[in-house]
Amino acid sequence: MNAITQPVNPAKLVERQPLALQDADWVRWILIAIAVSFISLFICLPLGLVIFKALSKGIEAYGAALSEPDALAAIRLTLLTAMVTVPLNTVFGVAAAWAITRFEFKGKSLLTTLIDLPFSVSPVISGLIFVLVFGAEGWVGDWLIAHDIKIIFAVPGIILATLFITFPFVARQLIPLMQEMGNQEEEAALSLGASGWKTFWAVTLPNIKWALLYGVLLCNARAMGEFGAVSVVSGHIRGLTNTLPLHVEVNYNEYNIVGAFAGASILAGLAVVTLILKTVLEWRK
Amino acid sequence: MSILLSNISKKFGTFTALDTINLEIPEGELVALLGPSGCGKTTLLRIIAGLERTDQGRVLISGQDRTDHDVSQRGIGFVFQHYALFRHMSVFENVAFGLRVKPRRERPSNAVIDKKVHALLDLVQLDWLHNRYPDQLSGGQRQRIALARALAVEPSVLLLDEPFGALDASVRKDLRQWLRNLHHDLNVTSIFVTHDQEEAMEVASQVVVLNHGHIEQQGSPGDIYDHPANAFVSRFIGHTNIFDLDEHDVDWLQTAGLSTAQPRGKIAHVRPHDIVIEKSTTETDAFVTLKDWQHLGSLIRIELIKNGSASSVYAEMPNDQFRRLHLNKGDKVDLRIRHAHWFH
Repeated sequence: MNAITQPVNPAKLVERQPLALQDADWVRWILIAIAVSFISLFICLPLGLVIFKALSKGIEAYGAALSEPDALAAIRLTLLTAMVTVPLNTVFGVAAAWAITRFEFKGKSLLTTLIDLPFSVSPVISGLIFVLVFGAEGWVGDWLIAHDIKIIFAVPGIILATLFITFPFVARQLIPLMQEMGNQEEEAALSLGASGWKTFWAVTLPNIKWALLYGVLLCNARAMGEFGAVSVVSGHIRGLTNTLPLHVEVNYNEYNIVGAFAGASILAGLAVVTLILKTVLEWRK
Repeated sequence: MSILLSNISKKFGTFTALDTINLEIPEGELVALLGPSGCGKTTLLRIIAGLERTDQGRVLISGQDRTDHDVSQRGIGFVFQHYALFRHMSVFENVAFGLRVKPRRERPSNAVIDKKVHALLDLVQLDWLHNRYPDQLSGGQRQRIALARALAVEPSVLLLDEPFGALDASVRKDLRQWLRNLHHDLNVTSIFVTHDQEEAMEVASQVVVLNHGHIEQQGSPGDIYDHPANAFVSRFIGHTNIFDLDEHDVDWLQTAGLSTAQPRGKIAHVRPHDIVIEKSTTETDAFVTLKDWQHLGSLIRIELIKNGSASSVYAEMPNDQFRRLHLNKGDKVDLRIRHAHWFH
């Protein structure tokens, strides 16, 4: 779910190979067997186990585990986090991609590098940064306490950390595409009398929509699944600051196996849906 | 509409793309901005369009200062080098775009748009393609659709960036003639950028020769060819033989009929068709040997070698005239220079 690698177009891999590059049958079968058993062992088996464990005490227990107040609160908080961060990062991603591909300015390469920062920093460090800034001992901690504003160990901190972690996804998808497209179509629209706003909606957006949706999808998957950074800023207050991944951990640590795996099954389901949509979008792109 | 550019300068970093350009283009002309790559011609076109800002200077379109107007308010039509058709819109929607984005009170009704777009597509003879998408068209078709799209907003000035640059040779020839005729019918002031002097001479009514951000010369194709203002223009337009009096044997040039008694410069440029050759009658005195020749359609280009020199001199003459001379490779020839342009 946290995959950030560039997608490989499967259609390109099945092109007919020249004869000289075709290996003997036994080599092919061994390689295929290795790949299949690896995927079974490390992906299909755990995924099946999640569902098996979640349902190990029957479907009623599974339903009860998901409908208890803390689980519902975790699901609500996860949805809220995604609902706030995904639109904000979509707007930010489009704006950043636009600035980087359409304007020349000082510090452009620095900005491009900084956009990748959340990918290169460990999520735990990302969380700690927010604690250092907004925590009780942090830079603005005293001021926040004086004004009774809670950020760390509260919902705003979770949203901020998730925003930070997920902001590269949309921009990363759009920048290469917009660079390749150039800006002549936009210049043409402007020369025909269109305003900048109209040009964006009528010319730019239709050209980038599939890449944008793809970026939004990845951003959403990460926003819902993020564990490390959120774990640092959340404080694990049951029913208040536990997102779904944290809820799973808390339950697991308390040997509430059905509760933990029921939560995990939702995240796994989200991953499967994401994969299916991703495949569809790659095909449309 | 007439265009007046006064003192236009533009720098990109430390590179001076345009240096105090002054240019007046009368209404209804078809003007070529001609120059080698990097001479600033595209930058100048983009400045007229408002796609690029000037560092200094004013742009006046039919007497009104448009320097501070955005591209969307200049009332120009711009045809991009690679056409820049909207790839997700049909041909019809591409042409209709300029009408659809007009403010509500100026926007024509759908029926009017429909009629106008089909009229424009008829004008470029491509109405049968109105449902296609840009990636289903050939280069020449895209070019004409891009032109129709630019004309839809009834621009006061039409600007074309390397309009034939991306086309193959035969399509280019047809489109040149077609553009000339179209301009004749519409009579909208048009400026196009090209690096191909043949194209500029064939299509334009006025040619502006640019080099290193300066205007070298402006005039009709005839003017520019017959009276080049300087050595750069003379070299850039058509072919020319260059004789530097410091390096060449002055006696030889005098024998060839070039008056060097009171030189009006020290470099003579001689067009190949201003060199007349004949089979030499006085074998021993002849200075020049025929080395080779090439067929250029109706003309023959003759390569001559001056005795004791390595550099070639080129002459051109009509096919039949050359045949009548009965010349062979290695023949000694007499050479006469009819006309030269002198430069310092």
